[in-house]
Amino acid sequence: MPILEVRGLSKSYRQLGGDITLAIGDISCQVEAGEFVSFVGPSGCGKTTLLMSIAGLIAPSAGQIVVKGAEVKGPPPNLVLVFQEFNKSLFAWRSVLGNVLFGLHARGEHSRATGTKGETLIELVGLKGFENHYPWELSGGMQQRVAIARALAYEPELLLMDEPFGSLDALTRLELEDTLLRIWEELGTTILFITHDIEEAIYLSDRIWVLSRRPSRIIEELRIEFGRPRNQIVTRGAPRFMELRNEIYRLISDGGMGETN
Amino acid sequence: MRAAKLNGVLFLFGLFFLWEVVARAELVNPLIVPPLSKIFESFISLLWSGQIPLQILASLKRAAIGYLLAALVFISLGIVMGLFDRVYRALEVIVEMLRPIPPPVVIPVAMLFFGLEDEMKVFVIFFSCAWPILLNTMDGVKNVDPVLLHTARTFGLSRYKIIGQVILPASSPQIMTGLRVSLPVTLILVVISEMVGSTDGIGYFILDSQRRFRVAQMYAGMLSLAILGYLLNQLFNVLHRSLLFWHGGMLRRSR
Amino acid sequence: MKSINWTGWLVFAAVVVVWEVAGRSSPAVQFYIPPASQISGSLIQIIASGEIAGHVGTTLTRFVAGYLIAAVIAVTAGILLGYFPLVHSYLETLIEFLRPMPSVAIIPVAILLLGIGDGMIIAVTVYASLWPILINTLDGVRHIEPTLIHTGKTFGLGRWRILKSIILPAASPYIMTGLRISLAIALILVTTAEMIAGGKGLGFYILDEERSLRNSNMYAGIILVASLGYLLNRLFLLGELGLMKWRRGLVAEEVQ
Repeated sequence: MPILEVRGLSKSYRQLGGDITLAIGDISCQVEAGEFVSFVGPSGCGKTTLLMSIAGLIAPSAGQIVVKGAEVKGPPPNLVLVFQEFNKSLFAWRSVLGNVLFGLHARGEHSRATGTKGETLIELVGLKGFENHYPWELSGGMQQRVAIARALAYEPELLLMDEPFGSLDALTRLELEDTLLRIWEELGTTILFITHDIEEAIYLSDRIWVLSRRPSRIIEELRIEFGRPRNQIVTRGAPRFMELRNEIYRLISDGGMGETN
Repeated sequence: MRAAKLNGVLFLFGLFFLWEVVARAELVNPLIVPPLSKIFESFISLLWSGQIPLQILASLKRAAIGYLLAALVFISLGIVMGLFDRVYRALEVIVEMLRPIPPPVVIPVAMLFFGLEDEMKVFVIFFSCAWPILLNTMDGVKNVDPVLLHTARTFGLSRYKIIGQVILPASSPQIMTGLRVSLPVTLILVVISEMVGSTDGIGYFILDSQRRFRVAQMYAGMLSLAILGYLLNQLFNVLHRSLLFWHGGMLRRSR
Repeated sequence: MKSINWTGWLVFAAVVVVWEVAGRSSPAVQFYIPPASQISGSLIQIIASGEIAGHVGTTLTRFVAGYLIAAVIAVTAGILLGYFPLVHSYLETLIEFLRPMPSVAIIPVAILLLGIGDGMIIAVTVYASLWPILINTLDGVRHIEPTLIHTGKTFGLGRWRILKSIILPAASPYIMTGLRISLAIALILVTTAEMIAGGKGLGFYILDEERSLRNSNMYAGIILVASLGYLLNRLFLLGELGLMKWRRGLVAEEVQ
C-alpha cells in the first residue's frame, strides 16, 4: 500500500471581493514508503496549499488525502511539515535542544532517552555543540537545520518540506541538500519536497511531479534514475541531468498554461 | 559618544551652579526658588528622618496593588478576548465607551466609593492601567505568526496546549509592552490621586509642602519622585531583559 | 469601514437595562451608580440650562492653548535638537534627568509660581505635553535614513531645503505619534489641575459635584469629558489622514 495517496485534490478560496480563486485544480498521485519525491512548479501555483492540504492543516474543497489507508481530516500523527520561513517557525523562547524536543514533549515523552534522541539528531544535522544556543544566535542555515532536526525528532513516517532552502543563500542550500540526503538515507523517512528550483528537485528526488500554473494540475511525472549517493559535482555534471532540467523547464514554461493572477 | 555624555553632564552641573548662584543672590524669590543646596539639605534630612521613605512606601503600596491587580485581570481578559473573537466583539462596545475617559476624572467616582482610603487609589490605578494592558495583550495574542501555529498543529498539539505552549510565550513581548507602558501611568495616577484626595503618600507630601510654604521640602519631594520613577524603570528593564532575553535577539535577526 | 458590531451593542444594551433595573430597585445602587436614565436626565439638564457651558469652554480653552503651545515648542525644539547633535548632547542629560519625574509633580511648583488660575493650568499642560512630542520628534529626526539626506545633497539641496523637503516629511510620522500621545496627556493635565486648583472647568465640576453628593451630575460631567476626549481624538485622526496622504495606508491601519 502506498504510504500516501492524493485523490482528485482540489482547493478553491473565496477572495475579499467575493471572487473565487481556484488554487489547486485537480491533483492525484501516489507515494511509496521511503521515497524522496518532489513537486516542482512556478511561484504561486499552489504548491504550499498542496502541502498544507496533505498535512491536514487546510481542508480540501474536493478530493481526499489518504495516509497509510486512513483519510486525513486533521494533522495526521505520523506526518510533520517543515516550513520555508524557519525564523517564524522556531520557538524563539526555547533553546535549540528545546525546539528539537518540542514534538516529543508534545507527545508526552520527557525521559532521559528523549533528551538523547534530541542530541543525536542535533548531531546528525551538524549542529553539535549548539544545543543550548537560542535561535537568534544562529545563522539562517543553522536555524533551518534546527527546524529539520525538530521535525525528524518526532520520527514521522512522512516528512513534508515546503521550499525549506528557499530563503537561504546558494552555497548554504547545496550544503543542506547533502545534509538532507544523508539523513534521509540513514532514517528512511518518506520525504515530500516542494521547490521552484528545478535542479534542486532533480538532485534530490526519486520522482518529480511537474505542476502547472494556477489552478495547478500535474503536467508530467518523471522518474530520476541517478544512483545514490548523489554528488554535487558528478550528478549535476552528468549530461542526463541537463536534459532532465531542460525538459522540466520546457514543461513549466509552455505547458503550464492556466490562469495567472 | 563619551564626549557627548560629558557635554550633557557639564551642562547639567552648569545649570545647578547657576541655580545656586541665582537663588542665593536672591535674584528670584528665595521663597519660591530656594538655592539647590538647601533643597539637597532638606532632601537628605527627610531621607534620614524616614519621612520621605515613609511617604514613598505608602505610595508604592497602592501603586503595586493597583498595578498587579490590573495586570492579573487585564492580561487574563486580554488573552480571552484575543483568542475568542466572539468575546471581543461582545465586549468591544463597552471597552470603546470606557476608553476615552481620562483617568484622573475617575478619581471623584473612586472617592465616592472608597473615601480617601488606599482602595480609592488602587481603583484609580486599576482603571488607568486597564487599556494599555488589555489592548496590548489582545494585540499580542491575535498577532502570533500563523506559521508558529501551523508548526504546533503539525506536531499534533491540542488547542489548549497550543495556547499555553505557543500563544502565550509568543505574545509575551507584546504583553510586556503593555505592562511597561502602564508603569509611568501608575506612577502618575498615584501622585494625582494623592494630590486630590489623600492624607499621605509622596503626591500628598509634595502638595502639602507647597501649601505650608515648606518650599525646599516640596522640591525635595519632587526629587525623590524622580528618583523613584527612575528606579522603577530600571527594575522593570532588568525583569524584562531576564524574562524576554530571547526576544530582542530574534527581532534583530529578522531584519 | 468596519461593519456594525451588533453583538457588542446588544451586550451594551443588556448591561444598561440591568443597571437601570438595579438602579430603580435599590436605593444604594441609585446613590452610587444612578441608573442611565437619571444620568441622561442630568446630562440634558446641565447642558440645556447652560450651567455646564462655562466649564466646558474653560476646559477646552485651556486644553487647546496648552496643547498648541506645547506642540509648537516641542516640535521646533525636537527638530533643532535632532538636527544639531551638538546642542542635543548638552541637553541630553538634563532631559534624561527630568523624564522619569511624572509631570504632574510640577503642579505644586506651578501653583507657587503662578497661583491657581488659567496661567498655571496652561503652564502645567504645556510642560507635560512637551515631553512625548519632543521625544518622538527627536527620534524621528535622528533616525532618518541617511540615504535620503545624501540623495538631497546629491541634487544640490541646501541645508534649509533639506530640512523642509526631506527631514520634515520623513520625520512626520514620528511627530504625529508624539502629537497624538500628547492629546491624551494634555486632557489629563487640564482636568487634574482643575481638580487640584478648583474654580472652573470640567475637572473641578466633576469633583465638586461629588463633594456635594450630586452623583448624577458627576457622572454626567464624566460623560462630557469622555466625549470631549473622543471628539478631539477623531478630529486629530481626520487631520492626520488629510496631512499624511502619502502614508494613508499605514495611517488607516493605526486608526483601527
